[in-house]
Amino acid sequence: MSLLDYFRITKTSSASLAKERLQILVAHERSSRHQPSYLPQLQKELLEVIKKYVNVDQEAISFNFEQDENQETLELNIVLPDHHAKNL
Amino acid sequence: MARIIVVTSGKGGVGKTTTSAAIAMGLAKKGHKTAVIDFDVGLRNLDLIMGCERRVVYDFINVINGEASLNQALIRDKHCDQLYILPASQTRDKDALTQEGVGKVLEELSKDFQYVVCDSPAGIERGAHLAMYYADDAFVVTNPEVSSVRDSDRMLGLLSSKSRRAERNEEPIKEYLLLSRYSPERVKIGDMLSVDDVQDILSLHLLGVIPESKSVLTASNSGVPVILDEKSDAGQAYADIVARYLGEDRPHRFIDEKKGLFGKLFGGK
Repeated sequence: MSLLDYFRITKTSSASLAKERLQILVAHERSSRHQPSYLPQLQKELLEVIKKYVNVDQEAISFNFEQDENQETLELNIVLPDHHAKNL
Repeated sequence: MARIIVVTSGKGGVGKTTTSAAIAMGLAKKGHKTAVIDFDVGLRNLDLIMGCERRVVYDFINVINGEASLNQALIRDKHCDQLYILPASQTRDKDALTQEGVGKVLEELSKDFQYVVCDSPAGIERGAHLAMYYADDAFVVTNPEVSSVRDSDRMLGLLSSKSRRAERNEEPIKEYLLLSRYSPERVKIGDMLSVDDVQDILSLHLLGVIPESKSVLTASNSGVPVILDEKSDAGQAYADIVARYLGEDRPHRFIDEKKGLFGKLFGGK
């Protein structure tokens, strides 16, 4: 390896940065492309049902839709507040 | 039955029209009767790149509306009698294109032609949608640059969901990557995404790499498809692409840096 090559490698090239950014972005866009069209509505309605029992806001709930060759998984994650039971 | 090819990219300015003109000419020069259609209603430019802008009388929309027959609107190319151009309308707006109308024109062309090349406008609106809707093959023109790669991926999503083949659950459109404006020198110093980088992201079958070339501008200046400039690197790249598409096995070129005198003398790999 010549001295010149050494300097070339120590600096992260802009092309590798571009590739990294694109891989993340494209993976994200592809996954949202394949999710079912009813997902936003489902998300909204589920949130309403949960709110009847637990006082949570939008940020406490996360939806994750995943698809592989064999199955589709809808993951629902709710972070409950400290005193989660509403005083009904 | 004609094979319908869409030349698409999503992003503008990556070389769709240059590519459409070159591959249509390449197919026709190989003896296949070919029609090339401009889908960019309101912003037609294929006529200019093909050098027939002064011979446009009727256009695609006239044919769709029944104001002219297909034979009246088709312009025979002056370099190759197997090649015909169907120009877009410059005065109407893009809503004049209808799915049914486009379908009828393509069906009529299919009886008489072997290949129909659809030059898609940029974007994802009606013109772009209809250019790809009836396609059998898609040539995805991409520049080694972030926004172009991203838009190409978006077009791949549309090709697999919003085309006739997708709607009818038929065999999907065959997608090919044409990487244009490639500069091996810049790739080598890490300033540009390489062929492999783009392949890793898009996972497409590479039909060819077209190097960044002065000959493309020279060709468009004179209204002659660049593939006819057989001495130029871009012209040769397009000739390779047409040959590969037709099933010839040609090694890829223009991916590695051209060695100057210095490089030749002092080796390297």
